[in-house]
Formats: sequence, structure tokens, C-alpha cells
Amino acid sequence: MSYIKPKFRHPSLPKNALGVTIADYDGAISTLCAGCGHDSISAAIRSACFLSSIPPHRIAKLSGIGCSSKMPTYFLGKSHGFNSVHGRMPSVATGASLANRELTYIGISGDGDTASIGMGQFIHLIRRNVNMTYIVANNGCYGLTKGQDSATADLGSISKNGGTNPFDGIDLASLALLQGASFVARSFSGDKEQLEPLIRAAMAHNGFAFIDVVSPCVTFNNQAGSTKSYAHTREHLDAMPLDYVPLRDEIRTQYEPGTIQSVTLHDGSVIHLHKAGADYRTDDRNAAIAAARAAHDEGRILTGLLFLDPNSQDLNQNLKLASKPLNALGKDELCPGSKVLSSINEGLR
Amino acid sequence: MKQISGINDFVVKFANVNGSGSASANHLFAKAIFRMGIPVSPRNIFPSNIQGLPTWYEVRVSSKGYLGRRGGVDLMVSVNPQSMEKDIADIEPGGYFVYDSTKPLESHLRHDDITYFGIPMTEICMREFKNPRLQQLLKNVVYVGALAALLKIDFTILKDLLNDQFKGKEKLISSNAHALDLGYQFALETFNCPLAIRLQKGGNDAPHILESKHILMNGNTAAALGAIYGGATVAAWYPITPSTSVVDAFAQYAERLRIDAGTGKKNFAIVQAEDELAAIGMVVGASWNGARAFTATSGPGLSLMSEFLGLAYFAEVPVVLIDVQRSGPSTGMPTRSQQSDILAAAYASHGDTKQVLLFPATPRECFDMTVQAFDLAERLQTPVIIMSDLDLGMNDWMSPPLEWDDDYQMDRGKVLDAEALDKTEKWGRYLDVDGDGICYRTLPGAHPDKGAFFTRGSSKNEMAVYSESGDDYVQNVDRLLRKFETAKSHVPTPKTHPPIAVKAPKTTLKLGALFFGTSASPAYEAVEMLAEEGYPIDTIRIRAFPFHESLDQFIHDHDLVFVIEQNRDGQMRRLVINECEIPPGKLIPVLNYSGTPITARKIARKIRETLSTKSADVVPLHPETA
Repeated sequence: MSYIKPKFRHPSLPKNALGVTIADYDGAISTLCAGCGHDSISAAIRSACFLSSIPPHRIAKLSGIGCSSKMPTYFLGKSHGFNSVHGRMPSVATGASLANRELTYIGISGDGDTASIGMGQFIHLIRRNVNMTYIVANNGCYGLTKGQDSATADLGSISKNGGTNPFDGIDLASLALLQGASFVARSFSGDKEQLEPLIRAAMAHNGFAFIDVVSPCVTFNNQAGSTKSYAHTREHLDAMPLDYVPLRDEIRTQYEPGTIQSVTLHDGSVIHLHKAGADYRTDDRNAAIAAARAAHDEGRILTGLLFLDPNSQDLNQNLKLASKPLNALGKDELCPGSKVLSSINEGLR
Repeated sequence: MKQISGINDFVVKFANVNGSGSASANHLFAKAIFRMGIPVSPRNIFPSNIQGLPTWYEVRVSSKGYLGRRGGVDLMVSVNPQSMEKDIADIEPGGYFVYDSTKPLESHLRHDDITYFGIPMTEICMREFKNPRLQQLLKNVVYVGALAALLKIDFTILKDLLNDQFKGKEKLISSNAHALDLGYQFALETFNCPLAIRLQKGGNDAPHILESKHILMNGNTAAALGAIYGGATVAAWYPITPSTSVVDAFAQYAERLRIDAGTGKKNFAIVQAEDELAAIGMVVGASWNGARAFTATSGPGLSLMSEFLGLAYFAEVPVVLIDVQRSGPSTGMPTRSQQSDILAAAYASHGDTKQVLLFPATPRECFDMTVQAFDLAERLQTPVIIMSDLDLGMNDWMSPPLEWDDDYQMDRGKVLDAEALDKTEKWGRYLDVDGDGICYRTLPGAHPDKGAFFTRGSSKNEMAVYSESGDDYVQNVDRLLRKFETAKSHVPTPKTHPPIAVKAPKTTLKLGALFFGTSASPAYEAVEMLAEEGYPIDTIRIRAFPFHESLDQFIHDHDLVFVIEQNRDGQMRRLVINECEIPPGKLIPVLNYSGTPITARKIARKIRETLSTKSADVVPLHPETA
């Protein structure tokens, strides 16, 4: 059972540009297991939305089915949410985005929800470049049905019951890169410093923004031998930190010259990447695929912003939709009236 | 031999090869009869194939305005040797056979009771046209020209139609017109024209049909126009015969009627989804977000959409789904017509679900009911499924013109906007404030502090907070049932007709006939046939599920009710038995599930047979009034 958090918050809590505190981005108390990586993702989403000063009610949260897909209950209580059908959140998000292009859409899915039952819809969501942030809370196993391997479980990863996974895992970030996703990132639920700015950048991106987040399952997949445990992930992380700087904000942190790559998003906000190695660029899709593959082959987990196309055109633009949201159109704009119908009748005689 | 005779009352069937260009020539034939002001109903009976398999086109001409299939063929036009033997066997005694006599007819194909008209179509075309494609295509136009002479089609109308069809393509107009002339002249010179079956302007028994300036259109186009006029802005679909032309037509009209005048941008979105699961998911997402959205599909697609139909039922999201029914599974008979998705649609999905269904019987109803479906879906916050079929959706039907009331206002149902939310003291998404089972809905983004909720299936309480409590579940599904009861007062009511006066009734039983959709036209005709034979039959045409209480009453008031439908298992009969408090034995199934639309003769034969055996077993309900 979920229950409601106490509403009281200390008056000195900092406020964002909207004049509201982070408490306005709270959801219900989580019912996930203590220590679940997903709760850290929820926290990162909550603070990303707060820091980016997005009005909570102008965000819509969508999810499929699974532990991951319960998450939207636990953040942004002032936003509408839709816990839809297993593997089918992409289609619901596509329809929602068509109906109202003015909201910010956050999709939450899991590795079962995306890489197995929802693989078809996931690929087509990328293909259509629906304007949304799509986060996969990736723990390599099915939690709600008690720990079966998922399709993202790595080859050789040992499950809680001692079995060794005989199949190569599906690398969702590589897949998204191959399919032409306009924003692809990978992160780790335990790395809030990286995850939070990634989410902010993803929400500012015009088009489909994918973040694959390794998010360990403390109950069924955190044992020795699992490649998606906290310990294994921390040990094998290749992190590319970044800063997200919204339009008109100044860079607060100073970096050594030559270690920063800056990318300006369509809304004027800027992403600064650093410590990533001087040769990594986010505008080279093939290099990103190669880097992700190389890390995979070495058993490393490459995290950070892997690819970004700042000139991406989203589905609404590609379909040449009028700027007024479809759900705001009235009878006068939609119904051609009796005279037109008479002429249609005439053409059918 | 006595030849079949009749003015404006016969059946012509064309036997062609798929992909040979016969469709437009056959359509030309039917449309010319329509323009003469004579009731006509053409039907395309086609294979799941692009080129090479047999295809037929049946044209019913009926002075009384019967638009269903009659049964039997009076004149067969055959240009397909593959099916010729069977095609000839299908001709009624005293009927006529028109064929391509370029090759002589084999002797075993000559029957004594048929009149033969050989026209050397191939030979004529080879002689007159140089282009090989035209030689092939215009064979069809040659036989239309010959039929114009044999049946007395107004030749000016045929030429006008050619001008309309090939506007701006002068060469095509002249070659087609030449082919028409060739066939016409050949028939006039060779045969004794016209035949005893023929057309005559003003020779109808159904003047009302012509007074109302009928149109000729198919149900899919009408439904697409209904979606335009009903304010649909999102269409998501996956191609499947026979529903594809719904979205094709929607796209065509939207490109004309829904472009923003200032910017040239679109006030609509059409997405060809990756499959039916995604198509309906997009509809659910768009509707949840306040747009009017729809999808169109057929049987296999309906199955794939079932999971989302269940979610939409429980989550109370409007959905408009146009199901153009066909026969069986994907490798069944996808280009043949049936009414066989009734149970799959009525109880679509897992858990306790009941879906609202509408049953259009004419293109006019396809239009009206599609508009109404959007109002109902939003009023009731639930899926509404329009149960069309291939026969209605893809064939041209004479129909009263479509009408539109410019005072129409969309019924967006119980939606609280920001202003209304500010005035509302206590709001819960699933609170039944009005006692009708319909709760107040909010849309994403409407209000900064109020009205946000989490949409999910059934694990919730009245305040939309997660709950697995049995009490909350029961309370919720009972309210959904209450909502379904409320739906009864919103959906279209059945149409009933009292029996035709019978001078000397052959039975004391009170007889009724129950039908819906495309079974209606031939059922009305069968009822008239049977009245002439001394069997008076009341009729009720179901137009929606949930059923109106007048259906219970109708069944209660009759000794026997014939349930006429086009599936094997009597699905509507079963639905009625399930939903109404009635003795099942009263309902006699009258079925046709061959894939071709049911005929009036078949319905009449089945009822006649049943009455000859049943009458003795059944004690009349009200013998004193019978």
C-alpha cells in the first residue's frame, strides 16, 4: 500500500525559478525494496525537474509494467501518470505526444518491459523520434516475478539461484544508436552527479531521448557473479561526467581548458562534457557505437552522453502538425459543416 | 424454354480475373444504373490476391429498392475460363450467359435452359487497339457496351460517367468510349435487343428512394467522414483488409478539410503503426490526453487489440474502434464478409469486461454512428466499437444523403478543466458523484495543483490511489456495471417494424425476426416474401450493445424469434441469451457463414423450413390474440 507523505516542509528549502521547492516534485512513498536502484532514479528525476523549473503539472509520466513501471507513483505527484500495458508504453506515449505537443513526457520502463515484450514498440518509438525522455531502469532481471533473467542480463552473469546466463544480453543503448535515436545516454542509478544532468538534458532535447540506467536489483540480482550488482557496476564503470546548463545560466564549475566539449540544445541550453577523454565526441554516431561496443567487450560499462543530434526534428514536426495542440482544437477547427457535406454528397451521385 | 423476364428486377454477375481491370468497368455498369434512378446494389466478391485468381462482381437491380443479396444469378458475364463451368451452373433456369466468344465455347458448357450471347471481346480489342494493356483492359468495357444494348442502359449516362472518371485524360476517354460503342453496336447487330430482363427509367416500385436524392457510397468512406465530422484528430492503424480504406479515406478527406488555412499545417495526425497493439495504444494515449482518436481494424487486429481494450475499459479511457468484420483468421478468408466478431468484441479482454458496440446497417449509419461513437466514448469514458463488415464497408450502397446539423456540439463528457477544478471541493477520479457510474475526468496539464492522478487498471480506490483491497476492487467493477446500465440510455435504440398485413395467416404463432448490420436488408426482403406466403413476422433490428429493454420485451412478446446473422455459432443469439432474461429455445438461429453476404432467399427458406417442423411443437403464448 502506498500512503501519503506528510506535507510539512522546512520553510528555508531552496526554491527554483518557479518559486516552488523540491517538495512540489514529491510523489508517494516508494513501495520498492529498500536499496532498490530505481528509487535513486526517481530521486534524480525529481531533482532534475525541480532544477530545470518545469511546472510539475506540465509533465506527463508514462510507464509499462514491472517494478520499474511502478516508479512514476514515487515522484511528481502533481503530474498525471499512466501505468499502461506491459511493453506498450511507447505507443501510449506516442498517442499522448500527438494529442498535446506542449507537455514534457517522461517514460519509465524496465529491461523486461523494453527489451523483451516491448522491443517492437521501443524500436518504432525511436524510429518516430517521439519527443520524450525514455528511461530504462535496467537491472537484468524480472523483479515482480521473482528474479528470472531478463534479455539484458549479460552472458555469464550468475543469477541468485546460481544459474549462469547462456545468452548474450541486449545492449539497449547500442540498439538505440543503431536505430538512429537522436539522444542516447547510459548511466548508473548510483551516480546522481551524472544521471541528474543527463535527465535535464534529455528533457530539453527536441525528440526521443533515451537513457539506459543500470539500476541494481537488491533482492534478486545483487549477488556475487551478477554483472548488474552494485559492486560489479561500481568496479567496471567508465563514467563520462557532464554538466547541463540551462539557457541563460552561467557555468558554475570551472574545468581545465581542452577537457570540455560543449553542445547547445535546440532550446539554447548547453551540455558540457568533461573528463571524457579528449577524443570522444557526442556528434559521431559510429564512434559512439564503437565505444559502447569496445567497453562491452572489455566488460566495462560506458556511461554518460553517448550521442546527441541537436538538430533533431520530432514526430510532430515530421508529421507537419499545426502548432496548436490537437486536443485543444474545437468544433470550428475540426468540423467542416453542412455545406461541405452537401458538396460531398453531390460527388457521390 | 421460358426466359427470365422483369423490369428493373434482376441479378447480374460478372466473373473476372483479379487484376485485369474489371473492377472499374463493372463499377461503370452499376453506377450507370444508379444514375438512371434505378435501385442497384453492387457487390465485389474478391480473393486475397493482386493478380490472377477468380473475382466476381454481383449487381442486384431491384425495383422495390431491396439492397441485400437476393440469391441466384439471372445474367452471368464471364471472361474467366477458370471459373466458367461453375459460373454457368449458378445461372437460374431461363437465365442468360454473356461470354468472350473469341474461342468457341466447349460443348459441355452449353445448357438447354440458358440463352447464350457470345461476343468476341478479345478479337474486337486486338483489332481495334494497338496498346497491349488497352487490349486487355477494354475487353471489360466492350461487354459493358454490349450490356447497354441488351439491358437498355442509357448510353449518354455511360459516356458521362467515362468523362467523370477520366477527367483531363482525353485519350482514355476516347478509347473507352470507342470500346463501349463497339460492344453496343455488336450486340445491337447480333442479338435481339433488349432482353426480357431490362432497365426502365421510372419503372420502380420504390419512388421514395429516388425522391431523397440517394448517394452511392461505401461504409468505410462514410465512417471516415464520420471521423472527420466527429472531430477525430488522431488516427492510428495497421493495414488490414477490409478496414484499410477507412483510414485511406480519412487521410484523403483530412488532407482536404483539415489543413490550417494560415500555415498549411495539419490539424490531424495519422500514424501507420507497427502493429495493431501499437495502433490502439496510440489511440489510448491520445484519448487519455484529451484528443478524439480512433483506429480501424478487422478480426485478427481486434484480437491483438484486446489487451488494450481491457485496460481502456478498466482505466476508463475513451476509444473509438471501427471493426470491419471479415471471415476468420489471417489465413482464413480475409476478403470475405462475416459478422463473426460479435462475442470477441462484446466481451473483449481479460477480467469482467463488457464493451459498447454499435451496429450500422447502411453507409448513412456508418457516418452517423461514427460521429456518435466519439460522443459516447467520451460521455461513457470507455471503448466504443463500431461493428461494420466487409459487405457494408467495401461495397457501394445506395443510401440517403449524409446530413449534418451545424448546431451539433461535441459531447466531451465529464471533464473538469482548471476553472471547474477550482470550484470543486472534493475530487476523486473514480468517485461516482452523480450515481450513474460515470466519474469526472481530468486531462494532463490542466491545473497546477488539482486533478492530477495516476491512471492504472483496476488496483485503485475511488481517489485513484493504488489499492489491492478486495472491497475497492468490487466497488469499482460494480460501478463499471452501473455505467454499462447508464450506457443503455445513450446508445441507439433498436428499430422495430410491425408485421406486414397477411390476409390468410398460415400460423397462429407470433413470429419475430431479429437481426443487425448487413443482415438487415435481406432480412426485410425475406420477411416480405414470407408475408406473401402467409407468415406475418415482426422485426427488430439491434443497433447497439448494451441491449435496450425493448429487446427483452420483443422476445417476450413472441413465440419464436428468428435470429438472422452471418457467423457459424449464432453469436448474437448467444449474446442475447447471455444478457437477457429469456428462454433460449425461443431464439431460432438463421445463419450464413460462407463468406459471401447472406441472401434473402436463404433467410426465407430457412424460416419456411423451421416453421414447417416447429409449428406443431410450440404452443402459442397468447393463443386468443394470435
